Amino acid sequence: MSVASLDARASRRRMWRLPIRDSWAVRIALFIVALLAIAAIAAPWIAPYDPDAVDLARRLQSPSLSHWLGTDHLGRDELSRLIYGTRVSLGSVALSIVLILALAIAVGGLSGYMGGRIDQAIMRFCDCFLAFPTIVLALFLIGILGTGMVNVIIAIALSHFAWYARMVRGLVLSFRQRDFVLASRAAGASRVRVFFEHLFPAIMAQMIVLATLDIGHMMLHVAGLSFLGLGVQPPTAEWGVMIGDARPFVWSMPMLILWPGLALLLSVMAFNILGDAVRDRLDPSLHGDHQH
Amino acid sequence: MSETLTIENLHVAAQHGHHDHVLVDGVSLTLRRGRILALVGASGCGKSITCSGAQGVLPPGVRVTQGRVLHNDTTVAPERLRGRVVATILQNPRSAFNPIRTMADHARETLRAVERLDGDWRSRTLEAFATVGLEDAESVLPLHAFEMSGGMLQRAMIALALLSDAPFLFADEPTTDLDLIVQARILDLLDELARRRNLGVLLITHDMGVVARLADEVAVMENGRIIERATTREIFDNPQRIATRELVEAHMSLYPEVA
Repeated sequence: MSVASLDARASRRRMWRLPIRDSWAVRIALFIVALLAIAAIAAPWIAPYDPDAVDLARRLQSPSLSHWLGTDHLGRDELSRLIYGTRVSLGSVALSIVLILALAIAVGGLSGYMGGRIDQAIMRFCDCFLAFPTIVLALFLIGILGTGMVNVIIAIALSHFAWYARMVRGLVLSFRQRDFVLASRAAGASRVRVFFEHLFPAIMAQMIVLATLDIGHMMLHVAGLSFLGLGVQPPTAEWGVMIGDARPFVWSMPMLILWPGLALLLSVMAFNILGDAVRDRLDPSLHGDHQH
Repeated sequence: MSETLTIENLHVAAQHGHHDHVLVDGVSLTLRRGRILALVGASGCGKSITCSGAQGVLPPGVRVTQGRVLHNDTTVAPERLRGRVVATILQNPRSAFNPIRTMADHARETLRAVERLDGDWRSRTLEAFATVGLEDAESVLPLHAFEMSGGMLQRAMIALALLSDAPFLFADEPTTDLDLIVQARILDLLDELARRRNLGVLLITHDMGVVARLADEVAVMENGRIIERATTREIFDNPQRIATRELVEAHMSLYPEVA
């Protein structure tokens, strides 16, 4: 084992050490995200009640020992709905991101590789998407597609993919004339193989940073559209739906709005802080001990 | 007749708006196995573009407008040429390796590209690394490019070129980015390998010292054309064209004792 490779090991290990020790904000963010993940995965086991079980006799109750966060206007347990809501929020965002990355890599990759007129045409097409605020575009797309969770995911993916596609194109342009790509091509590797071998890892590193920064934003989209009645439909337990449901009781039971609102606020903040931390961690210019 | 690779009447042009800017203007070259042909000329005369044009790996906006490549008198498409008929050594060994991939990854990639990746890739890679003088080849496999010296990397690149088992080799300024001692070693290595493995080498360089040391024949390029071709001895003893004479004289003024 040479000294050089030991060095590389050490620097890889530094790379993978989670940004836990960075600051208390990141630590708390990581804790919240872990909590959300557990809630989403283990919802059936940790939720005290069925989130959809209506019990009109116990409607609009204040927090108590049997209902920690109280009950809503149909007597459903608020805490259980909150926990199940995590599934919808995280799940729909995760699916949106997968869809966005697939679209962005296909469109941006094609654009960067083809060049010339095709590149121009694709990029002007993307500019159409970039010209509108994402929420306006999402509303417009839902107007066409109709409401529902699947359509929300499609609308979010279509309203965001252009940002990612533009970045993929830039990366493809900057990488495809690198010497190691030329060397690989000259050695006889096909374009597709060169893409997956050399360009894809570089693109994914950037995409992951961009995506983590966007998770919070997309969660707000899902909740916002659901609140307006355009996204996930009641009676599904979803944070936006819960806030919408609680709207008539804002004066009598403000807690019903507070809980999902707080959940949304905390998780969006957590993902934003974590996104910043991941970006800092993966940016080689910010730590000098990393060599390439 | 030995195996040959012929570049025939190659024209390459860059597109600037609506008109073409000619970079390579009707270059024809023939490589023979076991012979080293040097393609020399000042920077920007079209040497490297000739090489990448023949292989079909030109940068965006630059294209081959005319010409073909023949392998033993049959036309070959550029993508059939790469790796299978022609292996390539690039100028800058440091940037010619993907920084996040190890030498083993690169070896596998090279073999996969020519459909020769199989169970004993490792032993063949180790053998190729040993052939190019990388001591302790086993410990080189897990290294990344940034963990190796320029000389080691250039040796590794030559090893990869050998691995594909192509009969011809394009070496584009293989020693330009190396220091003098390493240069001398790499040149000796190339010379030895070309003879031993009976490779047909196209050596692109602007360094007449390299030419004197390695080449059997020389083709001199200027402004995208070949203006003179002769054996190495003739080029040094009796250069015909001004550009050739300038190259030789520039070399002589730098290294008078070599003459």
